[in-house]
Amino acid sequence: MRLVRLWPENSHFDFMSLRRFSLPFSALISVLTVVMLMTVGLNFGIDFKGGTLMEIQSKTGQADVGKVRQTAESFGFGEVEVQEFGTAGGVSLRFAIQPGGEAAQSAVVQRARDTFGPEYDFQRVETVGPRVSNELVQSGTVGIVLSVIAVLFYLWFRFERELAIGSIIGTLHDIVLTVGFFVITRHEFNMTSIAAILTIVGYSLNETVVVFDRTRELMRRYKTMPTTELLNLSINHTMSRTIMTATTTALSLLALVLFGGRAIEGFAQVMLYGVVICTYSAIFISSPMLIYIGLRSSETAKVPEGKVAAAE
Amino acid sequence: MLRFSKSKIIATMAIIVIGLLLAVPSTMTRETRDAFQRSLPGWVPSWLIPSRAIVLGLDLQGGSHVLLEVDVPDLLRTQSTQIRDDIRRILRETRVSPQGGIQMTQRGAQLRVPDAGDRDRLLPRLRELSQPIGNAVIGQTGNRDIDVAVTPEGLITLNFTEAGVNERVRRAVDQAIEVLRRRVDALGTTEPNIQRQGVDRILVQVPGLQDPQRLKDILGRTAKLEFRLLGQQGAADVDMLPMRDAGGQLTPVERQIIVEGGDLVDAQPAFDSRTNEPIVNFRFNIRGAQRFGQATTENIGRPLAIVLDNEVISAPTIQSAITGGSGQISGRFSVQQANDLAVLLRAGALPAKLTIVEERTVGPGLGADSIEAGKMATYVAAILVMIFMFATYGLFGLIANIALLVHVGLIFGLMSVLEATLTLPGIAGIVLTIGTAVDSNVLIYERIREEVKAGRSIVSGVQAGFERAFATIVDSNSTMAIAAVILFFLGSGPVRGFAVVFILGILTTVITAVTLTRMMIALWYHWARPKTLPF
Repeated sequence: MRLVRLWPENSHFDFMSLRRFSLPFSALISVLTVVMLMTVGLNFGIDFKGGTLMEIQSKTGQADVGKVRQTAESFGFGEVEVQEFGTAGGVSLRFAIQPGGEAAQSAVVQRARDTFGPEYDFQRVETVGPRVSNELVQSGTVGIVLSVIAVLFYLWFRFERELAIGSIIGTLHDIVLTVGFFVITRHEFNMTSIAAILTIVGYSLNETVVVFDRTRELMRRYKTMPTTELLNLSINHTMSRTIMTATTTALSLLALVLFGGRAIEGFAQVMLYGVVICTYSAIFISSPMLIYIGLRSSETAKVPEGKVAAAE
Repeated sequence: MLRFSKSKIIATMAIIVIGLLLAVPSTMTRETRDAFQRSLPGWVPSWLIPSRAIVLGLDLQGGSHVLLEVDVPDLLRTQSTQIRDDIRRILRETRVSPQGGIQMTQRGAQLRVPDAGDRDRLLPRLRELSQPIGNAVIGQTGNRDIDVAVTPEGLITLNFTEAGVNERVRRAVDQAIEVLRRRVDALGTTEPNIQRQGVDRILVQVPGLQDPQRLKDILGRTAKLEFRLLGQQGAADVDMLPMRDAGGQLTPVERQIIVEGGDLVDAQPAFDSRTNEPIVNFRFNIRGAQRFGQATTENIGRPLAIVLDNEVISAPTIQSAITGGSGQISGRFSVQQANDLAVLLRAGALPAKLTIVEERTVGPGLGADSIEAGKMATYVAAILVMIFMFATYGLFGLIANIALLVHVGLIFGLMSVLEATLTLPGIAGIVLTIGTAVDSNVLIYERIREEVKAGRSIVSGVQAGFERAFATIVDSNSTMAIAAVILFFLGSGPVRGFAVVFILGILTTVITAVTLTRMMIALWYHWARPKTLPF
């Protein structure tokens, strides 16, 4: 039986030469993301913004979205986002947070239930008051910052300083680009999105660590090999594993996007995108960074010239 | 080199079989589980049969998650009123009359006593109101709950200290949990979960509820019932309260409370024998019956206001003395309203107002759809990944696939033992680990391939592959674990469910991808004695 190989054996591809394109490209995208984040901003869900989300489904299987919108707007609860979903008469309504503190939010639900109750089933109702949403913003931010710090410590203990810096740059790059994905696609940004970002942080490091483990190993074996060559060799060695893992992860996420249902498909899309970004950044961002950081800055001085390089 | 002792094989298999058996109860419904337990012969010890199962999150089984918060200002108002009443009693007993009466402040009360002699008589008694804070567990803390302060001009203030406020909030939450439990139990739902969250919050989770609005109505009501006499417009000691019968029109009601809801021993919904209108019958305890009897004897012909949460429900005229200790409340109720009111009165009043700060409700239909979608995604992901692994690594791919199936089984087994909650993001976590779990196998296989290519024999290549890949596997899984652990401590509900699955997934990969895979490859090697790698 002929087996599939996604990456040729004995490859000698010069990944590092592509840094001329990848580094400026990523820098540009990152800057654009930050600019867009500040001008356009994220589409915050009710977890962080507060408010009320309702998903209702017509009992007849036919929804009149226009009428629902008109009725909902006539409530006088301010801005309402009304959207159709699915094929069986599903409508989602999102009310902004109501002035008047925690107690004021319940009135929205009560009113909507009274009005739409006879014709629609209420599948999902979520109300988040101002206090809880502020706390969620806090814990979301703390989570991301904490994870970056925790990971930094881990890398610091486990790897040489240069490798740790290289991978943390890659991870930050992945976080920024994931946020950019949320800004551009207008995907709702909520607590599940934080979960997605943290998972991407984990995956991003996972990718870099596998390459750098090899770099470290090769560094010890070929003491005089130039950094660029060393990195190219590491990536070529680990490339078939990288592609395999990216593919299996992407396949399972694809299953989630296609069959996981409405509630989870957003999460799966972000993760799918994240897998691509993480794979890219491990090879084209974190690794070439080491060329500039100077991989052997702490070691070169004491390496004896000569026969070690001839080992292979 | 590739040797696995018999005992090691048996131990590994035993761990895996036990792990998988633990998952079995989760595949059954509760009824089947119970029926199975009962059908066992008596000599089988019950601890031998796994009975713990995964709990489905509210987002999967449908239900309501309501987070309530004690309204602290409201609580302090009630508590300050009590202080005021205590001060009033002490003033009477010590025959001191303050200048300008007692004023309520935000967290206590104050009064002005210019005469030093009066103050000297009064202050020791007032200081008795202040209690040391502490309990049997933590002992005395040295703090007191009320701070009594005097200015040279004779202004006496009694304020709750920070510790005093916290103590009262804590006690209010404890009481409220008891009351809410009685109320929710009366709804007759299965397995409601009511617990304290943080300092001043209560989380109520009720699965599979048909009418979440009713739950909220029942949770949010303070249900403070008072019997008071209607007063004169403009009199000194009256509150202006809205009257329900009169469309919310403000009505004067005497401040003096005759009997409170706390003196009720029973309340039942019923129908008025004459008008057939739904009513609530109630019975007082002895103290309540005496007070009620006395008040009704003295006030025949006057209207008696039945006040619920500062609203006059009805104000019937007292026709005759009611000394039997029972009575009825009417107020143009619907059958359900009468039912709910009876429930609320039986369960007792909340110590303070509770505000709903977060609500998440999922209908049972949507939950069932999510489970179906999650199952589908899991199957498809598993099939895709397994086909791909087989196509790439052949026989070794099959071995990885067996390890993958065991891996997923073990996640369920561990979740069952821990009685962990499976949420929709948790299902996403399972699907994701299907993709990432094979990563360890891939790392090992690629390494074996390299080692063999570099000239090693199969045995030593496999051996070296496992050894060298192991460090990388530990590194790459630790980084994932860091993110997952942070998520666990930060997230709540569904997101936490994702973190749990992810952490367990990382633990089980080490068992399946390293130990189990290695064992299977060793067995294969000894059986087939291959000359080349099968991939």
